[in-house]
Amino acid sequence: MSATGAVRTLKIDGRDCSARPQATILEVARENKIFIPRLCQLEGLSTVGACRLCLVEVKGSNKLLPACTTTVDEGMEITTSSEELASYRRMIVELLFTEGNHICSVCVSNGHCELQTMAQRLGVTHIHLPYRYPKKQVDASHERFVLDHNRCVLCTRCVRVCDEIEGAHTWDLMGRGIDSKVITDLNQPWGSSESCTSCGKCVQVCPTGALFEKGRSVAEMEKRRQFLPYLTLMRGERT
Amino acid sequence: MSRKRLATVWLDGCSGCHMSFLDMDERLIELAEKVELVFSPLVDAKEFPPDVDITLVEGAVSSEEDLHKIRLVRRRTKLLVSLGDCAVTANVPAMRNPFPVQAIYDRAYRENATLMQGTPHEVIPRLLPYARPVHEVVHVDVYLPGCPPSADVIHYALTELLEGREPELSARTRFGA
Repeated sequence: MSATGAVRTLKIDGRDCSARPQATILEVARENKIFIPRLCQLEGLSTVGACRLCLVEVKGSNKLLPACTTTVDEGMEITTSSEELASYRRMIVELLFTEGNHICSVCVSNGHCELQTMAQRLGVTHIHLPYRYPKKQVDASHERFVLDHNRCVLCTRCVRVCDEIEGAHTWDLMGRGIDSKVITDLNQPWGSSESCTSCGKCVQVCPTGALFEKGRSVAEMEKRRQFLPYLTLMRGERT
Repeated sequence: MSRKRLATVWLDGCSGCHMSFLDMDERLIELAEKVELVFSPLVDAKEFPPDVDITLVEGAVSSEEDLHKIRLVRRRTKLLVSLGDCAVTANVPAMRNPFPVQAIYDRAYRENATLMQGTPHEVIPRLLPYARPVHEVVHVDVYLPGCPPSADVIHYALTELLEGREPELSARTRFGA
């Protein structure tokens, strides 16, 4: 292990890369224009490793590691794409489709959705697993925004942006396993939340149409994320 | 070269995929030289014929009639293509799936009916508990997602299949396209 502050050298897909200590595999891959799929990670927010799409193979490790939460080591040898990884990633995306009610053709985010784009990019042309068709609720009690649980992939970007950037922590997770869902305040209608500042950051970071602005019709909801790097930078300088 | 026998069927869908098929416009003439359309909502055949080379199926499997039809179609078809999101994912017809069938009948034939209230027991085929993608019921050979898939994509897929090649579709279309 080399000293803190030194540059780490490693190989990603056979390419020599250099990285800062504490950099994650995902960050280094991105700097080197190597694509690793992900749905929960978003630059400017903390990482949780929830979606498992960014799993990569690391030489010497007998398990797959999430690229977003694994920091680089000197001499690491990483493989970001293989037949095995591709089949796991397709399976993860397929599971997301079966666990919710994702009906792209009538969704506000059709054409701008990260789940939809990911399915296409990973070559998912149909879902092999049986759909569950769960009965999920829509919360339209907020004046400006809507939460549709049918389209939520539990990435927790909304939870993190609200806590880490806005500082309100209106969002959180409730329940376990298949019953998990995002909630506002103490699982009360969003419109009655006392902590929500109505800033809309949660809506903009949401990868799907689970959070959207009222008045948007099919395919009209495009998320705007430009604010995030600036706010992250400003918060960083305050601490 | 003998013409391939092509069929199209319409299950629980809006016919938008068939409209998109017609949107091939003048390419339909060129296609007609290569295929014989032996069964389709667009032609006047009453019974699905045997020995069909390619069948495009639009729509989800939602009713007892759909189930009967698709099983017959599968038996009589060499290459079955799921055409569009309803066939591939069950799409909009699946929006009823979180609700029990009886609740759907009640909403359609009692709560919102002003005349002859009550679930019909004749003519209208009974709904299955769920609207399902075609491949959950019978084997599907090719998946062509899109709502609807564009005429260009349908044309590309058919051209490839008629040439005996497997079309590469994931770059050309997607769910909701």
